[in-house]
Amino acid sequence: MKVTVTVNGTDSARDVEPRLLLIHFLRDELGLTGSHWGCDTSNCGSCVVWLDETPVKACTVLAAMADGRSVRTVEDLAKNGQLDPVQQGFIECHGLQCGFCTPGMMMTARWLLDRNPDPAEAEIREVLSGLLCRCTGYENIVRSVRWAAEHAEDTAK
Amino acid sequence: MQVPSHVEYERATSVEHALALLGRPDHRVLAGGHSLIPMMKLRLAQPGVLVDINGLAELAYIRIEQGQLRIGALARHADLLDSATAGQHYPIFHDAERVVADPIVRLWGTVGGSLCQADPSEDLSAVFAAVRATAVIRGRDGDREVPVREFHLGPYETVIGPGELLAEIRVPVHPSTGSAYEKVARRVGDWSVAAAGAVLRLQKQTVKQAGIGLTAVAAEHFVAAEAEDFLRGKPATEENFSKAAKIAAEHCRPIPDQRGPEDYKRHLVGELTTRALRRAAARAAS
Repeated sequence: MKVTVTVNGTDSARDVEPRLLLIHFLRDELGLTGSHWGCDTSNCGSCVVWLDETPVKACTVLAAMADGRSVRTVEDLAKNGQLDPVQQGFIECHGLQCGFCTPGMMMTARWLLDRNPDPAEAEIREVLSGLLCRCTGYENIVRSVRWAAEHAEDTAK
Repeated sequence: MQVPSHVEYERATSVEHALALLGRPDHRVLAGGHSLIPMMKLRLAQPGVLVDINGLAELAYIRIEQGQLRIGALARHADLLDSATAGQHYPIFHDAERVVADPIVRLWGTVGGSLCQADPSEDLSAVFAAVRATAVIRGRDGDREVPVREFHLGPYETVIGPGELLAEIRVPVHPSTGSAYEKVARRVGDWSVAAAGAVLRLQKQTVKQAGIGLTAVAAEHFVAAEAEDFLRGKPATEENFSKAAKIAAEHCRPIPDQRGPEDYKRHLVGELTTRALRRAAARAAS
């Protein structure tokens, strides 16, 4: 079937099998390998992207379901060479070690901060509770998100 | 790599359209997909045609109507958790939704999908059994209403037939009612080892009606019927809650598995039922 998905603002049309998962559509069909294919069981969250305005684990949604909708991936976070505060926060606070979970963490954090610009640490931990960091670097990930909340003004959108 | 088997995909544009598409036994409704797609990836489910109902905004609501809490089948777990209306009348929904999967999954998984999945470990089935909800099933010839306590035929099996769609869940709203849900899981976001939901309607300090739902312990229709019978008409005391919980623990049929042995699960049912009844009673009084 033919699907047309607006990915990071650009319409992408492909002929795909209805059983194709969104994560493979993004990585294999469009070459957007920023979103990671991790546990394949909707446990780890490395594959989180936005479907319209809502984060989703892209290993558990079909590309067909995204037909006619928009998808935002980690490749869309930086604008005009300017890192998103969430990305800058991960740099400043050492929010990643191996980096595998990072795209899902950052897309989820961006969604949280858009809804709640000043989340308490407990709220950050709650919203990230469905994402796994295999390096167990959770403390620094939470710090990174807090850094982004505190420096939202410094780094222009 | 987990790949579903070949499947066709149709997108419903209205409830009527969905019903027209849902003709054959191998057609499956695709809502949030967070149970169905993992099962398809494991080839435990191999539907021939998926009918995607995610666009049917007309099925996504939570409101009070005619003295009932009415939940559209396409309401997401996150919607139910965020619904002040639902929480005001039945805090059991908020208790349960806080421990259903994780916040990202809750944005997509639907209330109706949870019921239709009929997973023995799924939380909302026990909750809707406890609150004595009614399922509204829509077919081409109109609606039929089925008590949730008669909705599940067994694991992964419901009364919904080909050409039918769960449209709404209705919950009667009563005054002087309290409710609560208690769950033990191995880790955040996991399925229950065991869980218990309780609803108490009190008149002065007497139990006028009791609802007790049990998760993941093979209670028939997710209900602890013998414990409910015991409580009805009795004073709402700690002693009676303990006795009812003991009855619930004796009558369920937990299966030993990697989440724990049978005696541990029975112990949990007893303890969690007591706690749920205690909190339900406190909420009914406040």
